[in-house]
Amino acid sequence: MQRILIIGATSAIAEATARLWAARGDALFLVGRRADRLEVIAADLRVRGAAAVGSFVMDACDIPAHGAMLEAAELTIGGLDVALIAHGSLPDQKACQASVELTLREIDCNGLSVVALATLLGEKFETQGRGSLAVIGSVAGDRGRQSNYVYGAAKGMVGLFLQGLRNRLARKGVHVLTIKPGFVDTPMTAAFSKGALWAKPASIARGIVRAIDRKSDEVYLPGFWYLIMFIIRHIPERVFKRLSL
Amino acid sequence: MTLRSWGRLPGDAAAYERWWAERAAALPELDGSLLAYGNGRSYGDVCLNGGATLLHTRGLDRFIAFDEASGVLRCEAGVLLSEILDVFVPRGWFLPVTPGTRFITVGGAIANDVHGKNHHGAGTFGCHVRRFELLRSDGSRRLCSPGENADWFAATIGGLGLTGLITWVEMELKRIAGVGMAIENYRFNGLDEFFSRNATAEASHEYTVAWIDCLAATPRGIFVAGDHAAAGDLADVPGKPGSLPLTLPPDWPFSLVNGASLRVFNQAYYHRPLPAQAVVHYEPFFYPLDAVAHWNRLYGRQAFYQYQFVLPMVARTALDDILRFIAASGQGSFLAVLKTFGHLTSPGLLSFPMPGVTLALDFPNRGAPTLALFERLDAMVGAAGGRLYAAKDARMSGEFFRRSTPRLSEFMPYIDPKFSSGFARRVLP
Ligand SMILES: Cc1cc2nc3c(=O)[nH]c(=O)nc-3n(C[C@H](O)[C@H](O)[C@H](O)COP(=O)(O)OP(=O)(O)OC[C@H]3O[C@@H](n4cnc5c(N)ncnc54)[C@H](O)[C@@H]3O)c2cc1C
Ligand SMILES: NC(=O)c1ccc[n+]([C@@H]2O[C@H](COP(=O)([O-])OP(=O)(O)OC[C@H]3O[C@@H](n4cnc5c(N)ncnc54)[C@H](OP(=O)(O)O)[C@@H]3O)[C@@H](O)[C@H]2O)c1
Repeated sequence: MQRILIIGATSAIAEATARLWAARGDALFLVGRRADRLEVIAADLRVRGAAAVGSFVMDACDIPAHGAMLEAAELTIGGLDVALIAHGSLPDQKACQASVELTLREIDCNGLSVVALATLLGEKFETQGRGSLAVIGSVAGDRGRQSNYVYGAAKGMVGLFLQGLRNRLARKGVHVLTIKPGFVDTPMTAAFSKGALWAKPASIARGIVRAIDRKSDEVYLPGFWYLIMFIIRHIPERVFKRLSL
Repeated sequence: MTLRSWGRLPGDAAAYERWWAERAAALPELDGSLLAYGNGRSYGDVCLNGGATLLHTRGLDRFIAFDEASGVLRCEAGVLLSEILDVFVPRGWFLPVTPGTRFITVGGAIANDVHGKNHHGAGTFGCHVRRFELLRSDGSRRLCSPGENADWFAATIGGLGLTGLITWVEMELKRIAGVGMAIENYRFNGLDEFFSRNATAEASHEYTVAWIDCLAATPRGIFVAGDHAAAGDLADVPGKPGSLPLTLPPDWPFSLVNGASLRVFNQAYYHRPLPAQAVVHYEPFFYPLDAVAHWNRLYGRQAFYQYQFVLPMVARTALDDILRFIAASGQGSFLAVLKTFGHLTSPGLLSFPMPGVTLALDFPNRGAPTLALFERLDAMVGAAGGRLYAAKDARMSGEFFRRSTPRLSEFMPYIDPKFSSGFARRVLP
């Protein structure tokens, strides 16, 4: 049995992942903004076989609350083996361009709050000498594009931060995983019309569980995004800046 | 992409589709009508609402509570039967009633009050539902059970999605000792042999069904009786199909189903080597068709109809006539399914089963000749006091439906004024 903390537990991808862990009999601690949804999800995970399920209401951007949340998690499920940071929001890029305030708020939600949590959890796992920290970034963090660069910048920051953290903690028995999903059919992307590149949360969830089990450093999900992003990252900037991506 | 039901017949597309994931949320404010869409495994238009709104309920897929002692499960209405099996079979529990596919939602199972191979002993799905919540377009929520709002309970079971939205359901699972099914196969020739086999088998076996070849001059087929194996393994038994089903591409331009291919198939199926007794995994026993995802695409763009009727037992001779008529028409498709219904009455007002015998058969859509054939069949079914299964229907006349649905006038007042379906507009007064 693993003891697992999930931040942003009402996310479709996080919930699908939690179901797989519940089926294995893991103990789960769910953190999110909406108490009623957390309760509904917790009940479901109990029926599916989770050894224990606790929950905690917190806005991830409320950084002073992080410490108390972590304490509650350890107390409720008796320690911590894995943490998954899943919350995020997909900004309206056009609206961000017109508002410094909105831009910073989005960077806060997708970037700074994650950096804060990763710092805290990194310390925690370093002290105990083991643990897996898994964070959902995005393929959007691999390169800035005009259609989505506020989100991309925040996810990119998280990616770099985790690289450094991984490098630092590699010798301390701590596993740090960066998860980079492509297009996933979730409430976040409800407004988009879906084509062949789109994946379901359940398939991303299987990839996440596998990557944590195998202690991978970085995964693209589904795997073909590795290839797509390899190409995108290698287009020379002088060409890239003219593309409408 | 236009949403279709399982028959893939062209129909009016829904103008709007909404996804529903939170059972506590209010219904959307809409101008036109709405209808719940579960997993689209109905063959015709009971799950379609041309020109108006469909509310996808698959997002309502959370379990709520399970009592390990009694087997009572509470879950949201969009949970698939397959999801229930995945979670509960390893713990020794099974569905009380299951249709021939496990990819249907609990809400859809109630709205069509589905039946399975154990109807003779267990009745319909609705017989095992303890209660549910019904959300109406006026925002009201009713707990419905045999003891509370019993009239709403009865109207909603088999209520074709027209009484409102079922948000969650409480039902009984039943104990099993293992994943295995102990089965017995018999070949039979002629209906007399079927009925005598069936009478004996029903007395001693939980599940019975027969596959019959409707192209043969005298109906012949394979009778199967089964029971959950008394002991065994909850994890595995040989014969569980691979986890990834075969799948067929979406838009086959022509039908692979024609007179020649069918005769060959039915011949081969009838004569295939059959063990008289065997223990098999429950999946191939209950869900032989689920092994090929989207098998309905076999029929190509012209799509197909399924025709399922029930006749009261006294109308035995009408069954001979109907089978002879189908064989002579040469239009029937793969093996048809023949099964007797028992005497357990469902609480549902519009529930399809009645004590008697039911036959389900696919027909490739050949346009006018196919529809004309159905008219003739309707006349025979109607004269024998039978009726058609709405879940499989895409074409019966309103007149036929009203004549063959005895409790329709009791049901009508429970229809939600905002809910409608293609089926409702086609057949209701
Ligand atoms: C291969 C195959 C084999 C089958 N075998 C059998 C069989 O053996 N016995 C049998 O009885 N049936 C059988 N069926 C038919 C199938 O079981 C029914 O059509 C079933 O109702 C489909 O459920 P669904 O979740 O796909 O619902 P849909 O087809 O999407 O909808 C069915 C009805 O349920 C309503 N509904 C769905 N969810 C809700 C909700 N939450 N609240 C209110 N109304 C709701 C819809 O409005 C609609 O009227 C079979 C179908 C297939 C494809
Ligand atoms: N969907 C995609 O295509 C895609 C692609 C790449 C990466 N991702 C990433 O995958 C992760 C999960 O997203 P999803 O696709 O599953 O979408 P989702 O279902 O919309 O989930 C997003 C979740 O983040 C939560 N959240 C947002 N801001 C928060 C805050 N300040 N504090 C706490 N929780 C907050 C939301 O909580 P509420 O329930 O309270 O709103 C929601 O549960 C995100 O990090 C996202 O960026 C998604």
